[in-house]
Amino acid sequence: MKRFVRAPLLCTALLAFAAFVHDPGARAQDMRLIGSGASFPAPIYAAWFKTFSKGANGVIVDYQSKGSGAGIQDFINHTVDFAASDAAMTDEEIAKVKDGVVLIPITAGTIVLAYNLPDVAQLKLPHDVYPDIFLGKITKWNDPRITAANPGAKLPDMPITVVRRSDASGTSFVFTKHLSAVSPAFAKQVGFGTTVEWPASDKIVGAPKNDGVTATIKQTPGAIGYIEYGYAKLTKTPNALLQNKAGKYVEADEKTGAAALAAAKLGPDLRGWVDDPDGADAYPIATFTWLLFYKQQDVKKADVLRKLVDFCASKGQAMADSLGYIPLPAPVVAKVKSAANEIK
Amino acid sequence: MLSQPFAIATSPDAVTHPPANFEYLTDRTFRALAMAAAALLIILVAYILWKIGGQAMPAIQKYHLNFLISSQYNVQELKFGILPGIWGTLYSSLLALLIGGFFGLSVAIFLTQGFLPPRLAFVFRLIIDMLAAIPSVVFGLWGIFVVIPAIRPAANLLNEYLGFIPFFGTSLSGPGLLPAAIVLAIMVLPTVAAISQDALNSVPYRTKEAAFGMGATLWEVILKVMVPTAAGGIFSAMVLGFGRALGETMALAMLIGNANQVSLSLFAPAETLAALLASHFPEAGPAEVEVLMYAALVLLAITLVVNVAGIGLLTLTQRQISGKA
Repeated sequence: MKRFVRAPLLCTALLAFAAFVHDPGARAQDMRLIGSGASFPAPIYAAWFKTFSKGANGVIVDYQSKGSGAGIQDFINHTVDFAASDAAMTDEEIAKVKDGVVLIPITAGTIVLAYNLPDVAQLKLPHDVYPDIFLGKITKWNDPRITAANPGAKLPDMPITVVRRSDASGTSFVFTKHLSAVSPAFAKQVGFGTTVEWPASDKIVGAPKNDGVTATIKQTPGAIGYIEYGYAKLTKTPNALLQNKAGKYVEADEKTGAAALAAAKLGPDLRGWVDDPDGADAYPIATFTWLLFYKQQDVKKADVLRKLVDFCASKGQAMADSLGYIPLPAPVVAKVKSAANEIK
Repeated sequence: MLSQPFAIATSPDAVTHPPANFEYLTDRTFRALAMAAAALLIILVAYILWKIGGQAMPAIQKYHLNFLISSQYNVQELKFGILPGIWGTLYSSLLALLIGGFFGLSVAIFLTQGFLPPRLAFVFRLIIDMLAAIPSVVFGLWGIFVVIPAIRPAANLLNEYLGFIPFFGTSLSGPGLLPAAIVLAIMVLPTVAAISQDALNSVPYRTKEAAFGMGATLWEVILKVMVPTAAGGIFSAMVLGFGRALGETMALAMLIGNANQVSLSLFAPAETLAALLASHFPEAGPAEVEVLMYAALVLLAITLVVNVAGIGLLTLTQRQISGKA
């Protein structure tokens, strides 16, 4: 008896499935935008896109934080409507996109050096010292070059454990790019990239993602590592004051980050990095992060994408601060808004 | 099978009746389905190998076997080698098996040889099985927050006084081989314990009684009769545990330290193939994907060799114990 019951059931299930598959076509007025890429700005994108979807009737923006490299790959393969990258795009990558590329710097962030020294409330690291720590050349916390910058601090006779990202990431890209700009030795031995070959040492360990690095630093006395400012802020991990190019020790916050970005010279395609900013108040490690769009696409989609950029560049910037990102400087916002018109 | 040999059957009122056409059909359909499922399984494995092998082929041609003995992994200069990964995978898994195997077998003996009332033993068994259900990432976090701080003082003491022994050659800062191996040991323990219990339970009760009857003490019975008789099953428990340890990813990626180096020291950071794959895949460019596919192929090969060797050894020991030629 049971056998005969099952067949209709199966048919119903199949029909339901077919209806489900067919559904998006039936409701054409809804629009779904798909994006993928950088994980560094993913928290702020999630907040932006959610707010944007609420305001725009029937538009859903899906963002997958896969990493900048994967985002660029998806963008070239045309499997997404837009992508995001911490490293913008290289000329070769741009050449691979037939429909043309609009690069839009949309938010910015800083990277801090978090450390774990319970007895040291404030740590100052000179401009030429922290690259050598990440090269494994300075191995003890009471190294004369560190103590000289921190008179009065109780720096222990403890080995320095460097915690780095084990996965490929835009954070590593920005950080190693900065170190390479500061230290020729670092540029020669390690170089920069989303993954680099760190010096082989028992005191340089890798941990996955920002949260893995943060957890490892917090659990390892004598550890130092690089994480996004937002994460350090969220987890209240102490981070070092860094000496900038002008010789001043600065703390990472919205003001010093904005000062760093003010020094940025963006090219006509809105690409540009601040490897080692000049300003007296500039925090040394800061970067823009980009959204990537096609120049040519479906008219309706282009319309929504322009609205999305406009939303992020105006209302979105007000949300940046509380999420640990730096609002774009006003001249950049103006450039972004005019660049958005190229999305057609 | 057109002829139906049982058709000349019994009278209609009999309890049984010859198989109806319908039953023949069910039987044949089921048989065909089972065959198809079995064939699909083999095809699936072959397809995976072919796909991974195909994608790895450019890297195999570029880096040859040098890939297996080089310890440089540099994406910028496109120089790749996975010796640290192979070394770390085998070292951490062996260490984990050593610890997890010992405790797993001890637990199995404890639970099956009448040390506990049956109800309590049942509860214990449930708890150990539950260990297997804990997600890998939770084990990883537990390792970072509990295991590493717990073993750090002892590890650094060992390094200070016995640092001349290569195994204790470096101090433990945070992530490293030993914490990874300890957590891995706990992860393989349920597998080892469960299969060893089955093996010990399947030894005929009469064997045990006979040993007692000859005046053997409890421990003599356990160590000289029960364990050797169940050795085959226990051994396969170890092999399966080792296989699980080889492929474990997330907890290791969090605990091993991901350092591209070959070191004998238990406290040094190391690398495993699975962790390498997990951390590099998401952002890998086309050139690196080939390399990672090659690494995946190597990991597959290692697992295959371990399993085949395990099965070989298993049949060998079984022959020795049961005395068959």
